[in-house]
Amino acid sequence: MDFAALNEHLGGVLKSESFRDNTRLIVPAAQLDDLMSHLKHHLGFDMLSDVTCCDYLEYPGATDRYGVIYVVVNTKTRERLVVKTFVNDPSPTLPSMYRHWKTADWTEREVYDLFGIHFTGHPNLQRILCPPEFESHALRKDYPLKGRGERHNFPVITRAES
Amino acid sequence: MAIAQPPGSGGASATPGSSAPFVNPQKGLPDNVFLTTLNAASSWARKNSLWPMPFATACCGIELMATASSRHDLARFGAEVMRFSPRQCDLMIVAGRVAMKMMPVLQRIWLQMPEPKWCISMGACACTGGVFDTYAVVQGIDRFIPVDLYVPGCPPRPEQLIAGIMQIQDLVQKTGTMQGTEFQYRTRPTGPAPFDADEIIRIREGQMQLTPLELPASLKRGNPALEGSA
Repeated sequence: MDFAALNEHLGGVLKSESFRDNTRLIVPAAQLDDLMSHLKHHLGFDMLSDVTCCDYLEYPGATDRYGVIYVVVNTKTRERLVVKTFVNDPSPTLPSMYRHWKTADWTEREVYDLFGIHFTGHPNLQRILCPPEFESHALRKDYPLKGRGERHNFPVITRAES
Repeated sequence: MAIAQPPGSGGASATPGSSAPFVNPQKGLPDNVFLTTLNAASSWARKNSLWPMPFATACCGIELMATASSRHDLARFGAEVMRFSPRQCDLMIVAGRVAMKMMPVLQRIWLQMPEPKWCISMGACACTGGVFDTYAVVQGIDRFIPVDLYVPGCPPRPEQLIAGIMQIQDLVQKTGTMQGTEFQYRTRPTGPAPFDADEIIRIREGQMQLTPLELPASLKRGNPALEGSA
């Protein structure tokens, strides 16, 4: 992949890092959809391997709250690329990648469930792991380890009811 | 043509050859007649034919399977018929941690079981939450459903579970009634209160303001990402 040509195509907003065999592109949230569309339709990255998120609250030196990470794979050349973008409170929002890769359906639901990132254009943005009545986003760093009492919100059944 | 005949009519006599049955002179009854109460008789039948409902969610379930299999052989105690329909069971064995998403399922299954029914909480997680003191794990099923017997261990060995089932058998024999009326007095929750001291500490910590983590200077030295943030 030609990084200089790709960066020129997007107007010079890309940053690149590499660590061992891991190449990362850092892109502003506004250009994410352009970049991903170009990667899918022109550079042959036909598989979205993973969508995940990281909460940088209280992280030393961090300037943004959430980093959303996409891992795309070119199955012809076996090239693997990590794309990273940042969003912030309140209402962290990103365009959904569902229209490029159908596998983004469940992975984006997982990120929405656990971090509260909203993906606009997603066909069915519901919780996928936590129960539907759950109100918090459990992997955010400001969510207490023992929860906000969700594990106690059940009726107490005694022998009188059963 | 030998057909089963009612006792006392001469067919099932204790003394073969004679037509009159042997009569116990002290009680005035034939030797093959027992006197007992209906409660004791029904409890005796129930305790020797417990039908467990295996609610196995974790590694305790493996020990439960080992208990039922040949080496430990739960069939010796008449409790080998595990059914996955709660409507056919009278002993629920909760083996493993119960997540908050699973608790409504557990309650529903418990309510679907016909009375009389008993519940064994097997293992540390089902009893107290065990090591999983997190937002998603219920801290002991006895907070939300009635529990008759706790089997400790992580996981308990099959011998421990067998000891627990034998204690349930004793419980059924000693307290059981024909109509299950012993349960109607147990209307108060038996588990701990929903918010114990640990939960109050947690709530207080949740209300405290989050302060940025301050690292000592010795840790920041040599790390460009940290040196600028002080």
